[in-house]
Amino acid sequence: MRSEMDVYVPRTLDEALQQKSAHPDAISLAGGTDVMVEINFGRLRPAGIIDLTRIPELREWRREDSHLFLGAGVTYSRIVRELADFVPLVQASRSVGSPQIRNRGTVGGNLGTASPAGDALPVLAAYDAEVVLQNRRGTRSLPWHTFLQGPKKTAMAPDELIRGTRWQVVNGPGSFSKIGTRNAMVIAVAGLCLQVDQDARQVRVALGSVGPTILRAPEAERFIAERLTWDDPGAPVTDEVVAEFAELVGRAAKPIDDVRGTARYRVHGCTVLAGRALRWALEERKAFKWL
Amino acid sequence: MRTNVNGEWREADIWPGASLLTLLRDAFGLTGSKNACEQGECGSCSVWLDGELVCACLVLAAQAHDRQVRTVESVADGQRMSAVQDAFVEAGAVQCGFCTPGFVVAVTHLLAQDPNPNEVQVREALSGNICRCTGYAKILDAVTLAASRLREDR
Ligand SMILES: Cc1cc2nc3c(=O)[nH]c(=O)nc-3n(C[C@H](O)[C@H](O)[C@H](O)COP(=O)(O)OP(=O)(O)OC[C@H]3O[C@@H](n4cnc5c(N)ncnc54)[C@H](O)[C@@H]3O)c2cc1C
Ligand code: FES
Ligand code: FES
Repeated sequence: MRSEMDVYVPRTLDEALQQKSAHPDAISLAGGTDVMVEINFGRLRPAGIIDLTRIPELREWRREDSHLFLGAGVTYSRIVRELADFVPLVQASRSVGSPQIRNRGTVGGNLGTASPAGDALPVLAAYDAEVVLQNRRGTRSLPWHTFLQGPKKTAMAPDELIRGTRWQVVNGPGSFSKIGTRNAMVIAVAGLCLQVDQDARQVRVALGSVGPTILRAPEAERFIAERLTWDDPGAPVTDEVVAEFAELVGRAAKPIDDVRGTARYRVHGCTVLAGRALRWALEERKAFKWL
Repeated sequence: MRTNVNGEWREADIWPGASLLTLLRDAFGLTGSKNACEQGECGSCSVWLDGELVCACLVLAAQAHDRQVRTVESVADGQRMSAVQDAFVEAGAVQCGFCTPGFVVAVTHLLAQDPNPNEVQVREALSGNICRCTGYAKILDAVTLAASRLREDR
């Protein structure tokens, strides 16, 4: 079952963009933790492979004024070590696979695969991140929800690479949590990221594994934004408000039954995760007097 | 393509879609790294790529071109087994042995980073390695034994 396949090993971004434009049917390869499984099992036989792991531009992250730019090739292990300020992103990264997987897997690859169970994706959605795409002629940025079109479907053109993702650094507590059958190496049954944005006076909630793609919970977000006392982090929030918020988050889920769990279990999971995440955020807001 | 394996530069001509694991086993005859799942789940193919712990089955061979690979074959000092290998034998942490090379690499890596890990850290560090036989208790014993010996040696 072997076939002709050309492998390109560009050393610079320019070179990679040239090759992608000359060979749009060649697939991009980063950590290989999704692609290599497909190749090993003979499910994928691309005409060519472009290895992106030697391109320095893709492996860097930097602050750009009030934004963070995260290169597509930054691995989960590096996020855990280097980006401690971004708590939900670190929590999601730490939950991916195993040390071996985190040493190779990248956020660019998570975006490229666009699985509804991609753990970095709810975090990017709660950050309101944009995805930066580049081809030989230039770059364009798409909001995360325009980039992610459906299960394993993205708005990326065949001659484009994912350069990275970019978001406004948020002032406020947040978390990522997921439900699975054990602590390591699980595909989430439900995943949730909640991020409080003190400056915009928003609580943003994004769900993974409970729909064809990543979902936000706009009704729940509106409800809680109106109930919080934004100028006083110490102001109490009743259990009823937390419960109603959690209920509304559950209603935003659009899950299906599959081998990993039933739709009802997943909605319930979202409700539990949402209630917990909101309580954590409120506690932290109180403790650190986030204003 | 050429790769530095265990300190020696080696060349091979293989199918471009082949993994680093295939390169090591089929082209270089280094069969210590095992092929069990080819999907990153079991860790029996664990090697170091430029010093980082990875599953060789998920690395395209060409990605290791011009890079340093270290395999389980490098862990022993000639005919003398390493403290980690000795500890696996003594603790009875080897049954069928298929997972052992991967565990030896992962444990060697862990103890090089942290000579005195607690149980949670050990479990976390070994979460990418699966054993169908031992039930892990003896593997954890082996880690404790190896760690204490290595600390004595320092
Ligand atoms: C054992 C195991 C456990 C796992 N556990 C988890 C988990 O817990 N959570 C989770 O979310 N995922 C998990 N995964 C899936 C995988 O690790 C992630 O999706 C990871 O983010 C993929 O990144 P990568 O760099 O390895 O991607 P690759 O496999 O290299 O690529 C994935 C896709 O993205 C494209 N791509 C990559 N980079 C670019 C770029 N710069 N420009 C354009 N396209 C690009 C590729 O063409 C391909 O389509 C697991 C995988 C394995 C094997
Ligand atoms: S063979 Fe590579 S992880 Fe199982
Ligand atoms: S000893 Fe048999 S798989 Fe571990």
